Amino acid sequence: MKRAVSASLLGLLPGSALALQWNLTEGVTEISREVYGLHMLIFGLCVVIGIGVFGVMFYSVFMHRKSKGAKPANFHESMTVEVIWTVIPFVILIGMAIPAAGTLIKMEDASDADMTVKITGYQWMWEYEYLDSGVHFYSRLDAEADRARQTGSGADVAAIDNYLLEVDNRVVLPVGKKIRFLLTAHDVLHAWYVPDLAVKKDAVPGFVREIWTKIDEPGIYRGQCAELCGRDHGFMPIVVEALPQDEYDQWVASQTGGATTDVPADMEAEATDAAEQQVAMASDAEPEAEQADAADSAPAEMGKDELMAAGEKAYKTNCSVCHKDTGQGMPPAFPSLVGSAVVGGEPAAQIQQVINGKNAMPPFGHLSDTDIAAVITYTRNSWGNDSGVVQPADVAAQR
Amino acid sequence: MSSAVDHHDDHHGPVTLKDGFGKWVMRWISTTNHKDLGTLYLWFAFIMFFVGGAMALVIRAELFEPGMQFVQPEFFNQMTAMHALVMIFGAVMPAFVGLANWMIPMMIGCSDLALPRVNNWGFWILPFAFTILLSTLFVPGGAPAAGWTMYPPLSLQTSNAFPMLIFSVHLMGISSITGAINVVVTILNMRAPGMTLLKMPLFVWTWLITAYLLIATMPVLAGAVTMLLTDKYFGTSFFSASGGGDPVMFQHIFWFFGHPEVYILILPAFGIVSTIIPTFARKTLFGYDSMVYATASIAFLSFIVWAHHMFTAGMPVAAELFFMFSTMLIAVPTGVKVFNWVATMWRGSMTFETPMLFAVAFVFLFTIGGFSGLMLAIAPVDFQYHDTYFVVAHFHYVLVPGAVFAIMGGVYYWLPKWTGVMYNEKLGKLHFWLTAIFVNVTFFPMHFSGLAGMPRRIPDYAVQFADFNMWSSIGAFGFGFAQLIFLWVVVQSCLKKGEAATSRVWEGAHGLEWTVPSPAPYHTFEEPPMIADAEITAVHDEPAKA
Repeated sequence: MKRAVSASLLGLLPGSALALQWNLTEGVTEISREVYGLHMLIFGLCVVIGIGVFGVMFYSVFMHRKSKGAKPANFHESMTVEVIWTVIPFVILIGMAIPAAGTLIKMEDASDADMTVKITGYQWMWEYEYLDSGVHFYSRLDAEADRARQTGSGADVAAIDNYLLEVDNRVVLPVGKKIRFLLTAHDVLHAWYVPDLAVKKDAVPGFVREIWTKIDEPGIYRGQCAELCGRDHGFMPIVVEALPQDEYDQWVASQTGGATTDVPADMEAEATDAAEQQVAMASDAEPEAEQADAADSAPAEMGKDELMAAGEKAYKTNCSVCHKDTGQGMPPAFPSLVGSAVVGGEPAAQIQQVINGKNAMPPFGHLSDTDIAAVITYTRNSWGNDSGVVQPADVAAQR
Repeated sequence: MSSAVDHHDDHHGPVTLKDGFGKWVMRWISTTNHKDLGTLYLWFAFIMFFVGGAMALVIRAELFEPGMQFVQPEFFNQMTAMHALVMIFGAVMPAFVGLANWMIPMMIGCSDLALPRVNNWGFWILPFAFTILLSTLFVPGGAPAAGWTMYPPLSLQTSNAFPMLIFSVHLMGISSITGAINVVVTILNMRAPGMTLLKMPLFVWTWLITAYLLIATMPVLAGAVTMLLTDKYFGTSFFSASGGGDPVMFQHIFWFFGHPEVYILILPAFGIVSTIIPTFARKTLFGYDSMVYATASIAFLSFIVWAHHMFTAGMPVAAELFFMFSTMLIAVPTGVKVFNWVATMWRGSMTFETPMLFAVAFVFLFTIGGFSGLMLAIAPVDFQYHDTYFVVAHFHYVLVPGAVFAIMGGVYYWLPKWTGVMYNEKLGKLHFWLTAIFVNVTFFPMHFSGLAGMPRRIPDYAVQFADFNMWSSIGAFGFGFAQLIFLWVVVQSCLKKGEAATSRVWEGAHGLEWTVPSPAPYHTFEEPPMIADAEITAVHDEPAKA
């Protein structure tokens, strides 16, 4: 901890490893550069007005002092100056409102998009569905940062690359294409925020919001959830990887199992349908359980010890924040697993709940069959629970 | 005490500790005296200021460096939500009501507020409201953690604390409305003969307008939180899409209350600063009439700008344009006020006692908060600023060196009138300078961390934000401990330790409150005073003589 403090204080000195970013990013889209221009324009105006007003005030504060023998003047009103300092700011505001309105109207026009990505916010991860190519995955905080960020982990977070700004699966996007995002949420409000794209939009459960971007330069652009969404609000980053078109196509091919995907001509229409469906689905917008790991396609029978060991690890990563290492949870929000009816009952019900989530519990369908089987076995055989072993095949059967 | 009014105290003066502890306690519980209730409000606000401040220090301790060192994320979220609720509803609003209680009757020349028993009730609701709110820290599931804005669906995930939160907000609302009604009725009915509306001190004017804002908006908040309550427990779906509702509707209703609310937190501060600056510049307030009209314009505009708090929530582009333009308009009357304050100082004969220091710092730092507010009004750029530390910097600049500095300036300004002794000027100045320096060390770097992209309400952050956060945390602890000086100074004054104050107290002070002895007798203006125009802050025909 000491080391981090001194390193950080050293950051004040020039030449430190970590350059401080003082200003808004210019970003990598036409819109983000316009936004930056507006930001600098209004900031400049504020500085000029501020220098004028504070200059007069501090001149007065230093010169018109009783201790310097200043005698108070008698004036106390003037219609003329009141009109002047009402009208001039008004004119300046109009000068600012016009370019701002132009940019705003552009930002809100998501028509004629080349492709559409549907983004769904969860407590606490993002789901991405590429409506044109069918690519679909979840994206959450990477495991190393997730371990380090636990209270009292004692980890040296400065040693972790992109601490809290790295994910397991990045959103890969092509440059030079107008990309439309359809935003929604599964549980509570989230906001998808990537400063370099000048994109920030709330994800509202039961509704679809639209926003777009067109990235100019290949690169990796990082952002975070910007709307308070509960305990792990600070731990659901967004990482956009912008690639040239050919590399992007390769990536899509690798995601869809090598086969060139047929994109139906009426995909655009389907995308809209999907969006509207989402409105109707609202609370039961359960994600399709996708198998994250191809190696799991033929689940093998596993021993109890093996499952328990893997389960403990998976539990600590995914479950213990709410249900606690003791399994006792934090009732009533996060129920205890000790002697729980679900954990002691039919395995199928528990598997379903882990895959699909329930109330405050997010879905964990993105975990592999092995991990889910392991973690369920772990909960069924820990803290005095004794309700048998669940095999990966049992999980696969419930998908 | 030696003036002619004092004989009143002999037969209906306040019960003191000498009459017995029980009687003394009962005096405070049952009092209907505006000065007693003003004192109670101010002490309550002071205690809540320290409670909310302690929560802020938990937040800043955790954010001192990256990584989670001290608390769990859920407790961090409880702290951010409770800090805001306690500071807004427990510290700033009661402090203004306390100042109104003490000063409005003495400024307009009446004996008490129009509805003294309602006044007593309005105050005594508050300790109960905050006992309920603060006790949520000890219930299973912890305190509310969805921010003071209580956005659903997240706020509906609050466990046992939820109904306690809702009921405490209801109680605070009832208290505010009773206080506001009392202020309106008093000002409109009980002014001394000759005290026409446009001769009232600016503090009375700003409070009159604030009171109308309170009456108009607190029921809206009550409605919004009641809908949350029925959504959670009675199966309604106001804010749930699965039942045909809309979570964003809550935000519209909340901010229809919330934006006038932020002016409720600043308009009385404008009034205090407009009172202090002329006193220490020894010059009449410049542009009294335009100050009144500017205040009224700001109040009107506050009802038509609410959605600028939710540009990213999703709205038709026409609505975004409307709310952007209307929000930018607020800069005009706010600018008029700042220009008028500067023109009041211009060619005055200024001295810089502690109240004036706070008032000048208010004009300077509040204006910085105003500038960042103007930047936030520009919707396309707000998409970048929204929900980052830039917003945190903005509203703390208008609320801490804004509202809180005005309250502190007001307390120093009127403390000799309340206690009868001069406070310790050296310590007062020390308190000012430490506070003014640390408030900037705390909040100025937040502009940078926000522009660099740090979201608000996060318990841990990426390493590139570390330096800014470390400065903020150092500043926050400095600010917090500097307030102990303030506590010491106020307690010393209350214990009557210090030089006796004259009835005028300040050389350049004008207004009816300075015509009564210091300390102000328990009952003042039982007979309406004769008003000499020179005594009234706003003198149109005859400028006040220094």
